[in-house]
Amino acid sequence: MTPVLELADVALRYRGSAGNVVEDVSLAVEAGHSLALVGESGAGKTTLLRLLLGLARPTSGRVRFDGSDLSLRDREQMRRFRRSVQCVFQDPYSSLDPRRRVGATVAEPLRSLGIDTRATAGPKVAAALERVGMPADAADRYPHEFSGGQRQRIAIARATVCTPRVLLADEPVSALDVTTRVKVVDLLAELKQEQGLTLVMVSHDLSVVASLCERTAVLERGRVVEQGDTGQVLGRPAHPYTRRLIESVPRLPA
Amino acid sequence: MTQADVLSPVRPKKTSPGTRRNRRSATLVVGCVLAGLVALLALVSLFWLPYPTDDTSGGRLAGPGGGHLLGTDKLGRDLFTQVMTGSRIAVEAGLGSVLIAATIGVTLGVLAAFAQGWLDDTVSAFLDILIAFPTLLLAMLIVAARSATLGSAVLAIGLAQSAVVARLVRILAKRVLAHDYITAARTSGTSWSRTVAGHVLPNIWPTLVVNLALQFGLAVLAEAGLSYLGLGAPPPNASWGRMLQEAQATFTTAPVGALAPGILLVLLVIGVNLIADGLRDTLDPATRRRRA
Amino acid sequence: MTLLDVRGLTVRTTDGRTLVDDLSFSVASGERLGLIGESGSGKSLTTLAVLGLLPDGMSATGSIELAGTQIVGAPEKRLTAVRGRDAAVVFQEPLTALDPLMRVGRQIAEPLRVRTGLKGDDLERAVAHALEQVRLPEPERIARAFPHEISGGQRQRVALAMALACDPKLLIADEPTTALDVSVQAEMLELIDTLVREREMAVLFVSHDLAVVAKVTDRALVMKDGRAVEEGAVHTIVGAPREEYTRTLVASARRLESALDLRSAR
Repeated sequence: MTPVLELADVALRYRGSAGNVVEDVSLAVEAGHSLALVGESGAGKTTLLRLLLGLARPTSGRVRFDGSDLSLRDREQMRRFRRSVQCVFQDPYSSLDPRRRVGATVAEPLRSLGIDTRATAGPKVAAALERVGMPADAADRYPHEFSGGQRQRIAIARATVCTPRVLLADEPVSALDVTTRVKVVDLLAELKQEQGLTLVMVSHDLSVVASLCERTAVLERGRVVEQGDTGQVLGRPAHPYTRRLIESVPRLPA
Repeated sequence: MTQADVLSPVRPKKTSPGTRRNRRSATLVVGCVLAGLVALLALVSLFWLPYPTDDTSGGRLAGPGGGHLLGTDKLGRDLFTQVMTGSRIAVEAGLGSVLIAATIGVTLGVLAAFAQGWLDDTVSAFLDILIAFPTLLLAMLIVAARSATLGSAVLAIGLAQSAVVARLVRILAKRVLAHDYITAARTSGTSWSRTVAGHVLPNIWPTLVVNLALQFGLAVLAEAGLSYLGLGAPPPNASWGRMLQEAQATFTTAPVGALAPGILLVLLVIGVNLIADGLRDTLDPATRRRRA
Repeated sequence: MTLLDVRGLTVRTTDGRTLVDDLSFSVASGERLGLIGESGSGKSLTTLAVLGLLPDGMSATGSIELAGTQIVGAPEKRLTAVRGRDAAVVFQEPLTALDPLMRVGRQIAEPLRVRTGLKGDDLERAVAHALEQVRLPEPERIARAFPHEISGGQRQRVALAMALACDPKLLIADEPTTALDVSVQAEMLELIDTLVREREMAVLFVSHDLAVVAKVTDRALVMKDGRAVEEGAVHTIVGAPREEYTRTLVASARRLESALDLRSAR
């Protein structure tokens, strides 16, 4: 089966920087197999995410979407790509425009991708908000009226309103309280199941990764040091860095 | 937890009226009254003036009272008529300059905000040079190229201010562009023009409006300065600056000629500054969100 | 001996909201207490109140006695004497604690000089020693660096060194590892644990993360919406929570942890 998204020998170097931020990265996102990108700051997680989102062009190597090279200039392909791949961000306070009503925010992908007009977007927006467990009147309110966890739900509603196949999530729960975190993890698991969403999640939190992703790739300083089945990577880590990450997770006393 | 959370750990649903807000709205009201007074004079002058602007029948340097509310100047023209015309010119100068500054400044600033790398450096260096360029010199160049009219003065002031506005807009827009909701818009295929209209402008306008109000006051002062030097509206259009200049020689004997335009100038500038100050708090999303 | 005694602490805003409500707890010399709560629980405000650092527009009532000094209503001069000597603080974001325009060494030297009266080379040696104590490699190089030139983990160690420089009786740590990477967090927790045990220093450790609190403290106080929910030994709170809210908190943490166990067991 052709992977939905694929990075092949990708490297990226930012203008003016000494070396590559990511190097020699090959990853495949297959439909139905959620993938976690695990690593600490400076590992290049965010850069990989930008590449997967079509926001950055690799210095070398290829980004493939449905088997064909992703070209940021090809409007037709980009439209299909944007519709298929959506994103949820880490900071729910930065990811919602404070001056827009929630309804307009959630409708943005529908309108920008030319799927719906303002008039026809309404029911879909309401459905998306309901799916993430937000009250019906949320659409008419502004982001500052909601808590961090609710905002993250709104962001998830925006990302899923155009029924994408892949949802990229950049540390989607790390800014949230523990009790809220569990609820949002549950929501993502539910969407995976019910909508058939494939999740690509960047995270440093191994327990969240273990809760949501079938496959895991561990990144250290811009390179993939280990990847495979999550159970295998976390259960029998082959790389010393992976072992250190697992040992570092603070545990509750038994 | 972020710093903001430390400071406002509980987020109530409704804004609660604080004393600070009341003081702010009082500022706004006083500002509106002061500026409104001048605006009213300007508005009335469009339809009615006590005397024609070139009427010199009043006798030289007549005191206040009689047929002339504020007396006359050294050529026998009615001072109140001149003050009213001056109000109109001041308001026109302020509005015109701000309009030019806003149009050029916002366009340039938003474009500069999107620029990256060397282009960004070049644009901001260019703006810095433009800001350092004296308004007076610019005005003299424009007057030399065209003629000494109100339009030339407004053009000069507006151009000079557009650099200031552009620099502000560039910084504000860059801050907005750094937010994740802009990235979300991009990954949703939102075009640049829609991003600007839908996200950037709505998020910068409160701060921008406050700044434009301040620019209005500065423009009024600049126009008075330019016409004091003879670079503004030509006679018989009495600008406050020119009235001040003409009354200078006779200030000790007939102080009203200088006091009247001087006081109105101060009232207008204080008025718009108060408005700007009041707007800052009611419009600024940061203070509003902190309270919310 | 009781080092910190908080009785009926209430923090209100000027517009009448109550952010901390009738909170009482105490910390004995050398004792380590964890303050657990989610955002909005008032845990960070409590630490600020202990130091007399409440932001404008908020006021405290009740009683906070720190090493015999009443903090509530105390004049700024008395508070300045208390801060650093009796209690020092490490915040979540080390960048806010460090002056970005001052070399790291000078920032540590300042409190050291005030306390010890050292000058010149001796002071420089003391600074290097302070940096060594928090296990920073190449202390001389770090001392010459500006805050932005070192990593987040190193900055937090510098902030810790600054807090420890005056040898306070109480160390207040407000989410000191939340902004750090997991592996750096583990090292930092161990470092704090070792250092306070060596010095028999009392600790007030604030965090939303039960597992993190459990690493450093023996007793914990759970807070919600400005009130104390439950207090007791960390093991009891985690093992047999009495209150509904604590149960939810523990269950949430356990849920995530068990996912990890499940995957890594296979």
